Amino acid sequence: MKIHEYQAKAILAKYGVPVPRGEVAFTVDEAEAAAKKIGGSVVVKAQIHAGGRGKGGGVKVAKDASEAAEIAKKMLGMRLVTHQTGPEGRIVQRLLVEETLPIARELYLGIVLDRAVGKPVFMASAAGGMEIEEVAAKSPELILKEPLEPGYGLAAFQARSMAFGMGVESESAGAAVASMIGLAKAYDAMDASLAEINPFIVCDDGKVYALDAKITLDDNALYRHKDLLELRDLNEEDPLEVEASRFSLNYIKLDGDIACMVNGAGLAMATMDIVKYAGGSPANFLDVGGGANAEQIKNAFRILLSDAGVKAVLINIFGGILRCDVLATGVVNAARELNVKAPIVVRMEGTNVEKGQEILKKSGFNFTVADGMRDAADKVVSAARGVKA
Amino acid sequence: MSVLVDQNTRVLFQGFTGREASFHAQASIDYGTTVIGGVTPGKGGMMHLSLPVFNTVADAVKQTGANASVIFVPPPYAADAIMEAVDAGVPLVVCITEGIPTEDMVQVREFMKGKPARLIGPNCPGIISPGKCKIGIMPAPIHRQGYVGVVSRSGTLTYEAVGQLTKLGIGQSTCIGIGGDPIIGTTFLDAIQLFNEDPDTHAMVMIGEIGGNAEETAAAYIKARVKKPVVGFIAGQTAPPGRRMGHAGAIISGGSGKAEDKMKAMKDAGITVCATPAEIGEKVKSRL
Repeated sequence: MKIHEYQAKAILAKYGVPVPRGEVAFTVDEAEAAAKKIGGSVVVKAQIHAGGRGKGGGVKVAKDASEAAEIAKKMLGMRLVTHQTGPEGRIVQRLLVEETLPIARELYLGIVLDRAVGKPVFMASAAGGMEIEEVAAKSPELILKEPLEPGYGLAAFQARSMAFGMGVESESAGAAVASMIGLAKAYDAMDASLAEINPFIVCDDGKVYALDAKITLDDNALYRHKDLLELRDLNEEDPLEVEASRFSLNYIKLDGDIACMVNGAGLAMATMDIVKYAGGSPANFLDVGGGANAEQIKNAFRILLSDAGVKAVLINIFGGILRCDVLATGVVNAARELNVKAPIVVRMEGTNVEKGQEILKKSGFNFTVADGMRDAADKVVSAARGVKA
Repeated sequence: MSVLVDQNTRVLFQGFTGREASFHAQASIDYGTTVIGGVTPGKGGMMHLSLPVFNTVADAVKQTGANASVIFVPPPYAADAIMEAVDAGVPLVVCITEGIPTEDMVQVREFMKGKPARLIGPNCPGIISPGKCKIGIMPAPIHRQGYVGVVSRSGTLTYEAVGQLTKLGIGQSTCIGIGGDPIIGTTFLDAIQLFNEDPDTHAMVMIGEIGGNAEETAAAYIKARVKKPVVGFIAGQTAPPGRRMGHAGAIISGGSGKAEDKMKAMKDAGITVCATPAEIGEKVKSRL
């Protein structure tokens, strides 16, 4: 789960990381009031769950409160497109109004899981303000790394080594070290999967601040962080994905026209791949899971078909725990109730496959039964193009 | 022969009396696997599926000589269950549970350091040596005893590959589902090493997916050490970057974890890389 910059900053502040004075605003009036309270020039930042906001026009400096209000008026409700949002962009509904600061240096601080060693790794770089992936590709020597030992977090000596390694001046080093330890504590306490401060700035007067912050939480650990669940912003998620999550379905909307329903994440990805290979374009990733029942199949179907771009449906199930007859019953019921018009190609394999095929045949609906994944992909691509398979 | 599990494996079920565990324990028994009973804390002394239930793994091991454990415990308690089995000296621990917090697995990994136990999973379908022993949730009838080792991060995609092999009359020595999480016990490299050393595994299938670089690590080993034919596939070639594709480990972050990089590393290592999952069986046949 992703959270907003202003939420991440509020959390980091609790762990002793200095953040600029600022307030969240949902309306133009709130933005103006926040700017007045802060005084002087302010920066107005669109709050969406994606990076690259500055380039897309989502970060603007105002010299005073009235200019801040003007900017807020334009920004609230605007469709902000960045390299991370996709072409459809995001509607801006929240703003962060903050004091401006005299930046002397921009650094990078971040924590992610290092899969190879099975521990989180703290990364620090003097090349702040750029995306860390870009730094890693162009000048990997600029990234300093320290592992977070389970139970110990980031030790002060590790933080010092990175702070001095980045060339932080002595007058700022203490505050930088405290911020780094704070970031590591927040990461651990929240069960984060990513925590990033970019840029982490040193000001002309030597003070340090988290100028931007990004925290992603481990979905698997949310059950023990009920308080953090309140930070979820459903406006930032695709409505169909939200709907799918209510039924424990793993759905990700894509921009093609062939809806896919598959059991198992690996097979679901491979199904998308083979649809593309056959010349088609998948409308979604959908894993109905190993133990899906007829009701879940129906809901999955409904969600797939509420995507207006869908021209054909491919069902690819390798029945293990999920038996083919259960699947077929769910599909037939869904087709009946939802009055499905789109052509449906079904490929089933595994437990009770004969029973499942029998149910499909007797249903009276025009299902196309495929033999193997390649055949299924070819048939559904033809169907989406309006060619009779 | 086979790797890790065979007719001498004595399996213990953790979370034994639960619905899923009961179903799959019965399926394992029906397959001919030696299931010695299980653990459900607080239900020790009961009988379930005509087998004894114990309060702790240590009790179960002491009284039954179990040498493998399979975990069907819900995510909040699964990491603890793994550590309990490791602590009781169970040499092979298979964790089926999906959805364990990453932080818990960081602890498990730390706990297991220096201990002789091997973990398979979590978030995996388990392991099967066809005709000998089945530990996990895979559908038994699609398998056939033989000489191809299969290792995969995905459950149903493994079934897909195995199903194709069996239809072509090609049997399997052992099929290992290593799991779809970012932190797992047995890796591709571990499994490939085991298959490489097993005289009765003549060829291998390696099914990876986007995220991490475990496939690249295994490919480097294969290039240096493996003479047996290896056929590979990578799922997620068309996945959008930054999105978690079902498996917690399946995410392309920044520039790493991409399907194309994995496929390139595998091709460089002499692995026959399949463009689509539909051709895994045929490619294996052509390399035998």
